[in-house]
Amino acid sequence: MLAGVFGDAFRFMPNHFSLLLEKTGETAELAFVALGIALVLALPLGLWLGHRHRGLLLALSVSSAGRSLPSVVLIGLGIGILGVGFWNNTVALVVLAIAPILTNAYFAIDGVDRDVVEAARGMGLTETQILTRVELPLGLPLLLTGLNIAAVFVIATATIAGIFGGGGLGDIMARQVTYGLGGVFAAAIWVAGLALLTAAVLGVAQRAASRRMAPKT
Amino acid sequence: MRTEAAELVFDEATKVYPGRDGAAVDHLSLTVPAGEICVLVGPSGGGKTTALKLVNRLIPLTSGYIRIDGRQIGDYDVAELRRSIGYVIQQVGLFPHMTIEANIGTVPRLLGRPRSWVKTRSAELLELVGLDPSYAKRFPAQLSGGERQRVGLARALAANPPLMLMDEPFGAIDPIVRGRLQDEFLRLQSELRKTVVFVTHDIDEAIKVGDRIAILREGGKLAQYDTPQRILEHPVDDFVADFVGQDRGLKVLSLRKLGDLDLAPGGRHSGDGMPSLPADSSLRDALAVLVAEHRDSLLVVGADGSPLGVATRKDLIG
Amino acid sequence: MSGMRLAGGGPVIPNFGHPSACIKHNGWFCTDWISKHWGDTLQPALIQHIQLTLIAVGAGFGIAFVLALIGFRWRVFDAPLASFSDLLYAIPSLALFQLLVPLTGLTVTTVEIALTSYTLFILYRNIIAGLRAVPADVLESARGMGLTRLQTFFRVELPLAAPAILGGLRIATVATISIATVAAFLIQDGLGAPIFDAIGTPDLFKTELLVSGGMAILLALTADFLLAFVQRLLTPWSRLR
Repeated sequence: MLAGVFGDAFRFMPNHFSLLLEKTGETAELAFVALGIALVLALPLGLWLGHRHRGLLLALSVSSAGRSLPSVVLIGLGIGILGVGFWNNTVALVVLAIAPILTNAYFAIDGVDRDVVEAARGMGLTETQILTRVELPLGLPLLLTGLNIAAVFVIATATIAGIFGGGGLGDIMARQVTYGLGGVFAAAIWVAGLALLTAAVLGVAQRAASRRMAPKT
Repeated sequence: MRTEAAELVFDEATKVYPGRDGAAVDHLSLTVPAGEICVLVGPSGGGKTTALKLVNRLIPLTSGYIRIDGRQIGDYDVAELRRSIGYVIQQVGLFPHMTIEANIGTVPRLLGRPRSWVKTRSAELLELVGLDPSYAKRFPAQLSGGERQRVGLARALAANPPLMLMDEPFGAIDPIVRGRLQDEFLRLQSELRKTVVFVTHDIDEAIKVGDRIAILREGGKLAQYDTPQRILEHPVDDFVADFVGQDRGLKVLSLRKLGDLDLAPGGRHSGDGMPSLPADSSLRDALAVLVAEHRDSLLVVGADGSPLGVATRKDLIG
Repeated sequence: MSGMRLAGGGPVIPNFGHPSACIKHNGWFCTDWISKHWGDTLQPALIQHIQLTLIAVGAGFGIAFVLALIGFRWRVFDAPLASFSDLLYAIPSLALFQLLVPLTGLTVTTVEIALTSYTLFILYRNIIAGLRAVPADVLESARGMGLTRLQTFFRVELPLAAPAILGGLRIATVATISIATVAAFLIQDGLGAPIFDAIGTPDLFKTELLVSGGMAILLALTADFLLAFVQRLLTPWSRLR
């Protein structure tokens, strides 16, 4: 059975290559639009709170709330309130992505060595310069970890959104009648590939940033 | 309290780290008599901490021998050896998840002492190191640096070891508290009479604390091993003279107390505001007072404030 | 497959004979539906959900602990094990469920394997980080006092890592409760079943979504709170630092 399913899946890929490409594009678009909006909303807030060392409680509750909100429920609420479409899913994904970005931005900046910041302030850097030239580079590895988690999270949820009419690879996975088990399996492999690729790229960036930070053996 | 102490012998003890040029400790031979404090002092790279850790085998010997009461350290089971040696380090290393009482009781518990014994013992030791017994149930994070080091000392003493190793125990503590801890440590030692090996980089601490001082030079070679007095008065070479400092003449003064002098009587004529100092003040402190107050003599008084006699500038430096 | 119910159509409001006004208007909180279906739908789903979570977190903790011990004792294994758990975590839940189906079928086993593999990422990292964070001076004094390797591990390293380990357990439990709702894509099990059911209903049955989704969130928050309580109880010293 296993070999058969794999065989079907790998036959499906070349036969429906343009379909898979199109659906991957839909999933990626949904995921990256949501990630972009979440970054714009959460990053400045997280950075600012971290810089002022304020809002620990907010950061902690957002991260705890983000973890305990099932993505399926958010998608359902989006449909219930906004109806089926691109935006209901985008809103749900944005809400989910905000938590890891906000909390990691907060802890990345808040955790920067206070002596280093003190020294920078003593050297006459403005608050904005301290944030952009000292705290941001030092907090970058942790910040990128948050982005990585958010990206993985959003791609996974964008797939789930697909089974509820959100389009993308999840759409293929929900329609076994139309695409057959091979199609479902092929879509699963592609979405896993998309997520792993994203995680790998961000992982490389994160490791590069932390290696630059800590060249000690 | 039962007092017992062991004689410690370094016999050509040598440590060479693989892949590094030269020895860290080079054919070190010295004997610490039972019940005495031996201070290992020297510049960094002198191998003092390495020499200390050779004793409880945290660092294995390359060659030579170390004997405790005649028995080679290699002949002990390593856990048994370490449990019978008190060990105090600069960062203290208290276990943050254990109460003070549990920290103090660690080695006795490992040796099979019952809980009730540990409870009594830790109360006794807390009192001994000058902490309130109510500290027993606190956690290390609730104590100040000086208090933690007192607990570290109590923990090292818990199983009544015949030998104590102390690696810069007061190095991380501010000067005022450090001075007080040194005084209390010496008071404790006068009661307990343990054999102690004490590492410091501070020559003044070495002079104050040590019965004998071993000065190690770079490459782990022993430069001189002698009493503080003899090291200050007769340094064997330029390295030792240089290490103890240009003011070694003054440091010698800090070894003697006003009470040790033959005092001229004359306390009755002291109504003119002559400075007075207690008999247990050092000659160095007394000289400092005379210089500061532009005087030639001072009044020495007993613990109860009664005059014992007059000491002149000449008496002090003669 | 439950996703099929989308295409299946059927009555607007399932399982109901004489709908109240609230249900007819697809209200957000119809108490009559809740009280009628607590016994046959909601309560069993809640119990199943708790079972799914406990098994996954329990198995995940066991596996992660052994792996973390290996990665802690032999550092060469740390990087590959960490990458392996990262990799599992990155695979979208729906895809992982789907990819396991040819191996283990539309079963609870499939769901548990996927849920367990997600906990590894969080638990492995937290256990290793906790063990590594034990201060060097504490370890040196443990050694100097004559604790053996095993005594040092059980009396010093493990208790000192406990806050980090329990913290990881907390995050893993909450995340598993959340992800387990997706299991209903494969099997009618857990709180995901009524959630999928509600979304799959034409026009989306709001009361069922809100109540079963709310139960999942409440379960996660309760677990979070309980584990935080356990953490405080077991490691009273950790708040002092």
